[in-house]
Amino acid sequence: MTQAQLQESANPAQSEEHGVRKWRDYFSFNTDHKVIGIQYLVTTFIFYCIGGVLADLVRTELRTPETDFVSPEVYNSLFTLHATIMIFLWIVPAGAGFANYLIPLMIGAKDMAFPRLNAVAFWMIPPAGLLLISSLLVGDAPDAGWTSYPPLSLVTGQVGEAIWIMSVLLLGTSSILGAINFLVTIWKMRIPGMTVYQMPLFCWAMIATSAITLLSTPVLAGALVLLGFDLLAGTTFFNPTGGGDPIVYQHMFWFYSHPAVYIMILPFFGLISEILPVHARKPVFGYQAIAYSSLAISFLGLIVWAHHMFTSGIPGWLRMFFMITTMIIAVPTGIKVFSWVATVWGGKLRLNSAMLFAMGFVGTFVIGGISGVMLAAVPFDIHVHDTYFVVAHLHYVLFGGSVLGIFAGYYHWFPKITGRMLNEFWGKVHFALTIVGLNLTFLPMHKLGMMGMNRRIAVYDPKFETINFICTMGSYLLAVSTFPFIINAIWSWMYGSKAGNNPWQALTLEWMTTSPPAIENFDKLPVLATGPYDYGMSNADDEEVEVPLSDEREPALAAGPNSALRADPDPKFAANPEDRK
Amino acid sequence: MQSQTIDPAKTALNYHHTEAEAHHEEHPDHRITGLIMFLVAEGMIFFGMFGAYLAFRSVLPSWPPEGTPELELLLPGVNTIILISSSFVIHNADTAIKKNDVPRMRTWLAITAAMGAIFLAGQLYEYSNLEFGLTTNLFASAFYVLTGFHGLHVFIGLVAILAVLWRSRVSGHYSNEKHFGVEAAEIYWHFVDVVWIVLFGLLYIL
Amino acid sequence: MNIPSSIWTLIVGIAVTIISLWYGQNHGLLPTAASDEAELVDGLFNAMLTISTGLFLIVEGALIYSAVRFRRRPGDDSDGPPIFGNIPLEILWTAIPAILVIGIAIYSFDVYNSIGGFNPHGVHEAPIGEQAVRMPGAAIAATLSDTPPNTDSNLNQQKSDAAMQDPATAKVRNADQIPQRQNAPGVGVVSPSIGASPDQEGTSPALTINVTGLQYAWIFTYPDTGITSGELHVPVGREVQISMTANDVIHAFWVPELRLKQDAIPGRQSEIRFTPRTVGEYKLICAELCGPYHGAMNTQFVIETPEAFEQWQQEQIANTDSQQLVAVNSADLSPAEFLAPYISDLEIQPEMLHQIHHTHH
Ligand code: HEA
Ligand code: HEA
Ligand code: CUA
Ligand SMILES: [Cu+2]
Repeated sequence: MTQAQLQESANPAQSEEHGVRKWRDYFSFNTDHKVIGIQYLVTTFIFYCIGGVLADLVRTELRTPETDFVSPEVYNSLFTLHATIMIFLWIVPAGAGFANYLIPLMIGAKDMAFPRLNAVAFWMIPPAGLLLISSLLVGDAPDAGWTSYPPLSLVTGQVGEAIWIMSVLLLGTSSILGAINFLVTIWKMRIPGMTVYQMPLFCWAMIATSAITLLSTPVLAGALVLLGFDLLAGTTFFNPTGGGDPIVYQHMFWFYSHPAVYIMILPFFGLISEILPVHARKPVFGYQAIAYSSLAISFLGLIVWAHHMFTSGIPGWLRMFFMITTMIIAVPTGIKVFSWVATVWGGKLRLNSAMLFAMGFVGTFVIGGISGVMLAAVPFDIHVHDTYFVVAHLHYVLFGGSVLGIFAGYYHWFPKITGRMLNEFWGKVHFALTIVGLNLTFLPMHKLGMMGMNRRIAVYDPKFETINFICTMGSYLLAVSTFPFIINAIWSWMYGSKAGNNPWQALTLEWMTTSPPAIENFDKLPVLATGPYDYGMSNADDEEVEVPLSDEREPALAAGPNSALRADPDPKFAANPEDRK
Repeated sequence: MQSQTIDPAKTALNYHHTEAEAHHEEHPDHRITGLIMFLVAEGMIFFGMFGAYLAFRSVLPSWPPEGTPELELLLPGVNTIILISSSFVIHNADTAIKKNDVPRMRTWLAITAAMGAIFLAGQLYEYSNLEFGLTTNLFASAFYVLTGFHGLHVFIGLVAILAVLWRSRVSGHYSNEKHFGVEAAEIYWHFVDVVWIVLFGLLYIL
Repeated sequence: MNIPSSIWTLIVGIAVTIISLWYGQNHGLLPTAASDEAELVDGLFNAMLTISTGLFLIVEGALIYSAVRFRRRPGDDSDGPPIFGNIPLEILWTAIPAILVIGIAIYSFDVYNSIGGFNPHGVHEAPIGEQAVRMPGAAIAATLSDTPPNTDSNLNQQKSDAAMQDPATAKVRNADQIPQRQNAPGVGVVSPSIGASPDQEGTSPALTINVTGLQYAWIFTYPDTGITSGELHVPVGREVQISMTANDVIHAFWVPELRLKQDAIPGRQSEIRFTPRTVGEYKLICAELCGPYHGAMNTQFVIETPEAFEQWQQEQIANTDSQQLVAVNSADLSPAEFLAPYISDLEIQPEMLHQIHHTHH
């Protein structure tokens, strides 16, 4: 028996098909985590398309050096809304969407710890999003960038700015409520016998993510409240004319927004750690190393914020402190990246769309990560801060990282969520167009930034026209690349071939129930017959384990099942449900 | 390269098949854990604002800015004592309900609520007698926003206590087994108290 | 022929090293380096790019190689080898990035020091003694207004006052309307920026220029000669100090060829020092979003021979004098009117001028 069969026979799925829901449920205040998960995933994708259209409007303006498409005022609103939507209405809640759908299934729970709170958290998002977008209709959209630095944000477009503050406050509250739910659920609701060292890595990633959300998002809320008072009540916290200090806002903003970039990437690190082993048919390499590196990243992420402020006036020694802490984040992230490469290495890769996107994630995220380390070097950052080099960096990590990670997740869990398979051919077309479009759009921006093109400008030096033209074409390709996916997803949802319970022969518990899962997920409490990543255990005897530096006799040196890094099925704990308490 | 020497205990597919135990309770109650996490988040809002306050303090040449009218210390001092003592009072309510003594619990809660109300009233009285307004200067703004934001929390805590009082009319709503509401109100009240102590130190004493 | 894997590793390793070293020197990604400081920054960038290229090749190479070499063969539905991880390998790839990163950090530190990032003018002693007076116990009785006024010197104020000594600067700055931040340790420090490099420490710069940023123009004043200009001219080879602040919102002074950037923040005085080396005309760019016309807020930055600089100064002085003849009482002019001649230099559309009223509100 392979491991998958073993796990499946220990958890026989229900005979009849459960989980049929009326379409109306998806538009209602439903407390089922799966409904909420789908609500999140679909809503955020719609916002992605809106944010993407705004991005392509930005790129259309930048096709030529003059302002021939929109006025400079509108241009500023475009990229402000683009970034706000992409970050607060797409990446952050999309992570929450996956977490909602997957966490209870992965740990064998019936639902989240606080189902109603969960629904409340979701239902804050659509109004906040509509509010934000309505500012376009009011004709006074926020236009001080997604960072909204005062004093500028206090003197341009006041109505839009107030709307922006309201909307971001709502979204922040929603994400805090979500984080509380994830933490309590993972911590308290695992099936008996699942220790933290047997839970899927996605759960580790969500612990790390939720911890940062809980600690940093409120500080942004504080900053926005003060900013709101300056804007509406005439106080001068951040207004220098009244003695306030704009730099304090920057500190508060980045105290949230740097950790937020890890809120935006850690969930997808988690997804990738799930997807790679399944399709490589090989255990994830260094389970514990990956798990702990998530925690390390979330801790380090809290003490690096001022690297966004290297030119705005912090003392030299502080600049050095933030430079070094920032660079150290490359170490835990490197652990992850190398462990993923080692997972893939020597496996039997099923190169389907999910796997391609996951490997694409690793490949492009590394580029963004490395340019991040360059940015952390103060003397170099002084040159490229607020230029297209930063824009390139942030899109490599956010698009090449988070967005590819989300797509990998879509392709991987679509069969579970809908019960039907996606079309592989169109999936591969989507992948190819996305990878080409992404590099075409964002790779040249590195050069733009270093040569002297600053960001957030609607007019630029004509000498940059050629490169900008390439970027714009790339962004059109990205728009085109989305259509195969949208059509594929809708078509497959209705007519795709049936998926069965476990189409990928995966081992984690979400595959041990029907697709789509029953209303309360499992008939009986599921049991762990095998670890989450024990692929290939049945051929442990005949496969040659060939890993440099390894010695199978010592757990500390072993690479095979004895390895100390394995998701450890400690029988002592497995027998004892008390550790959940 | 190593040949295989694999510990059979680990290769064998011998995860413990713990027979699925029934959950102890049908709906496990994790609300206290959730509340504590929520208060961590709340604490971070205050942390952020306190940080900002200290930063403002360090960037202005003199603090509070010259010409800021004096702050009276007597009333806020008394108020502080009332609020801090109310934390002990509400703890008695918790002790009472754990002994299943609902009437006593109601009494203690009522006293807490009264003390909270006095605090709020005192605060409003202080506001109305201050010689500076919200936008007088940076200190004044910080003063009103910080105390106001805290006052809002006191108000929410007060509403929570009153809600518990209201619900406890029905006999058996709270018991020594089941008293989430009482406990939650107490934890929240302690939180509000701790924040006030820091706030008082920052605004009035430092 | 069967080549052992260690040999392959060696060959690949050498190839990656050679490519990285080559690309690190021949990337053509940076504009001319026009100052001493820029050369140092470029050295740092080249080193980082070398390391990055190597890492890039290794990771992408491994992924693409795996996709080809380890793809599932048709008909093979079995699992791969059960490899779960290996502590020595994990240590190896924790240590290598750690060493690389520490190396980059030390190199950056060194460059930062050499371009004057640690120059003491930015650092200021914490005001001691003040704390003792404010013992909590003592203060409870005291009322707030008894807090002793802070008598420490305020570097921001001093620098602002110094700049306002120059009538030309005083005219374009509305520093009196924006209180200067206290020069306290931590967030409120006088914007420390790039000071004198260690070898020039203690010497005063050959030329000081005051820069004022406002929506949407840069105004340069030369206290030595009283010149006000919309363009920045500096003589080659002499150390220049730029003292800047902003009148309304945050702007940022950036000359790509100098690799120098510094935010100009209302209420703070920021300084940078550099030694221009390469004669030429460059662009000075506002790098911080400051409103709709942020993209148009740039001007000429000219490094010229001392003779040419001298000549330019004479022309400017003549210019300024003639202006003063026309507008005898410049105090009666609104800022927009007063600044108009400089702003027209900047090829800014007239509608932007009305934005300047933001300066005074
Ligand atoms: C998902 C989002 C995300 C992620 C994960 C990151 C990750 C990182 N970021 Fe990025 N960043 C942003 C989103 C993100 N960033 C955004 C949105 C901005 C702009 C905000 C704005 O101004 O609008 C920004 C801006 C930004 C700046 C400020 C630039 C400026 O404005 O001047 C800096 C500076 O230090 C920085 C650094 C880093 C670093 C060091 C990492 C590290 O975490 C990366 C670590 C990863 C690796 C290094 C790759 C893998 C590791 C190895 C292969 C091991 C070996 C590597 C080495 C030895 C180098 N980022
Ligand atoms: C998750 C975050 C995220 C994502 C996914 C993206 C995606 C994209 N971004 Fe974005 N971007 C940011 C976050 C993100 N961005 C941030 C934080 C900033 C900084 C803002 C600031 O300075 O304040 C920024 C700024 C920014 C700029 C700089 C603006 C400036 O400084 O002046 C540019 C310019 O090219 C840009 C382009 C793009 C493009 C082309 C995409 C593309 O990848 C988008 C592709 C997707 C689609 C196109 C949508 C799907 C397609 C359809 C639904 C089909 C229909 C559409 C059409 C026919 C057009 N972005
Ligand atoms: Cu001034 Cu941008
Ligand atoms: Cu950051």
